[in-house]
Amino acid sequence: MSYQLDTRESEYDIVVVGGGTAGPMAAIKAKERNPELRVLLLDKAHVKRSGAISMGMDGLNNAVVPGYATPEQYTKEITIANDGIVDQSTVYAYAKHSFTTIEQLDRWGVKFEKDANGDYAMRKVHHMGTYVLPMPEGHDVKKVLYRQLKRARVEITNRIIATRLLTAADGSVNGVMGFDSRTADFHVIRAKAVILACGAAGRLGLPASGYLMGTYENPTNAGDGYVMAYHAGAELANLECYQINPLIKDYNGPACAYVAGPMGGYTANSRGERFIECDYWSGQMMLEFYQELQGGNGPVFLKLNHLAEETIQTIETILHSNERPSRGQFHANRGTDYRHQMVEMHISEIGFCSGHSASGVHVNARAETTVPGLYAAGDMAAVPHNYMLGAFTYGWFAGHSAAERASSLDFSPVDAEQVARERARIYAPLLRDHGLPPLQVEYKLRRFVNDYLQPPKVTRKYELALDRFAEIGEDLEHLHASDAHELMRCAEASVIRDCAEMAARASLFRTESRWGLYHLRADYPERNDAEWFCHAHLKKDESGRMSHHKRPVEPYIVPIAEQEKDAYDRLRVAPKASAEKAVATV
Amino acid sequence: MAFQPRSIAQFSEAAVTVDLDKCIAHKGCTVCIDVCPMDILEIDPQTGKAFMKRDECWYCLPCQKDCPTGAIHVAIPYLLR
Repeated sequence: MSYQLDTRESEYDIVVVGGGTAGPMAAIKAKERNPELRVLLLDKAHVKRSGAISMGMDGLNNAVVPGYATPEQYTKEITIANDGIVDQSTVYAYAKHSFTTIEQLDRWGVKFEKDANGDYAMRKVHHMGTYVLPMPEGHDVKKVLYRQLKRARVEITNRIIATRLLTAADGSVNGVMGFDSRTADFHVIRAKAVILACGAAGRLGLPASGYLMGTYENPTNAGDGYVMAYHAGAELANLECYQINPLIKDYNGPACAYVAGPMGGYTANSRGERFIECDYWSGQMMLEFYQELQGGNGPVFLKLNHLAEETIQTIETILHSNERPSRGQFHANRGTDYRHQMVEMHISEIGFCSGHSASGVHVNARAETTVPGLYAAGDMAAVPHNYMLGAFTYGWFAGHSAAERASSLDFSPVDAEQVARERARIYAPLLRDHGLPPLQVEYKLRRFVNDYLQPPKVTRKYELALDRFAEIGEDLEHLHASDAHELMRCAEASVIRDCAEMAARASLFRTESRWGLYHLRADYPERNDAEWFCHAHLKKDESGRMSHHKRPVEPYIVPIAEQEKDAYDRLRVAPKASAEKAVATV
Repeated sequence: MAFQPRSIAQFSEAAVTVDLDKCIAHKGCTVCIDVCPMDILEIDPQTGKAFMKRDECWYCLPCQKDCPTGAIHVAIPYLLR
């Protein structure tokens, strides 16, 4: 296939990279703040159906609704669930704005479950408070967002994969580079502010099925945002706090205890017994899950077969029409009927995602990264356990912050050398007439991630991983792409390699165990608050290497009482109680 | 003669299949191709109809749900079926 390989230059006040959840909200709110600004929303897929919520969402996991929860309560819950390592100002800013975001989405036409009085039908899933709001008809979220993007006159360009940010002489971000995954044209977009909303690093580990794209996250979310932020000099926070989720085995989608839990479903061991008090996803919950698997009581299952027929029908309707609707077909293929069989679960491959854990690009409560002109929101921005509603809320903050910057600033000159260097880097695989196929390199890289990085983390294995990742780095110099689509997969292989190295180095830096299974170090099995009650940041130093430093946890806004601090460490159902329960059911 | 590099094409069953009687891609419809996050669908120049070109399906279903004529079926990819 022959391509022109044109370089296309353009100029926008604000560029938002990623049109999934946070990105559209950021673009809309930037236009609302200053309608004069020219705002571009870039997507590597198509904004109509891109990102983690391409098929909608079945509920809000962290709704702070007056009468059910307070921002203070929520901030406390997330602080404890994340073992104390949070910048509470960011969580609190989310919590205070949470209900405003819900009302905005409601006015736009997103459907939430309401009771007979028209009030939000809140449910309890978390250990302490009530934050879950079901969305049984949540399949239209993307349609609602698309309509608002058009109304706000946001410009949209699809099928462009952003690969590097441009930086000005003063270190601030002044543009985005990338290429068209169909025409292979190279794009240089000048901007006064850039918002990254590129989702999780969801293609880091290899699913146990061996199928490259059988990931929990939408596989378009390869970690592009993490790597662009890193190379632009931004600090990344607590990357060692991996995302690991309890999923339907092989299918690798959520088993959805948040949907089934309030209706009586729960996570059970092979005897059908509950072994954790609370199904809310936390590192501690995942550790109990792991121990149940390792301890001979596995496999672990989602248990629904004790529920009434009409309850099961309700659960089926929600789960088979939202978020990952093909799971109905998956169960049918294997003869799994919620009425009769428990659903086999397992532990997912690793990834980065602050939406579910805490690994992300550092941001403050205005969605600002440590680099001027660069903002981040959604799964890739380090606001712990932020989920979809947090992505919308931080998208909103990022839109406003970026609009304020772009309204008071001129464009700065683009560095031609950065453009030439990136163009050469990106096109190299297309210009070779033979070489390594990108998906095979990706497969090997992600198999190494599983072999060496999957917790429990062992120091020697992590050191070997760094050697293997360096060798993959050499392999990247021999990639061959036969068309623009494969060129996209080549660019992603480089992204995944950088994320893998960041995961390994960040984990080696923190010489303690924390966050349950997420950062369980075999050689440092204890939590060490004396030395490690802090954030661990990673950034690119002057010599181009990954460097680390500790950052003190910011003073708490909401104090945590001593007896509350370890509430999430007591998730296991007490052995005595479960023995009694077993006797009672016999 | 020096050693010559060669590549081997892999063979996969397409998880996404298209009902050629129902597909209206030859009339200019590109809905399934547009909405696929992984960009794995294309138009077959021989038939003018959509087909799955790349083995990178996330079985997410926008193509099947958004197709105006119900011409798309997404199966769970064999490796995890």
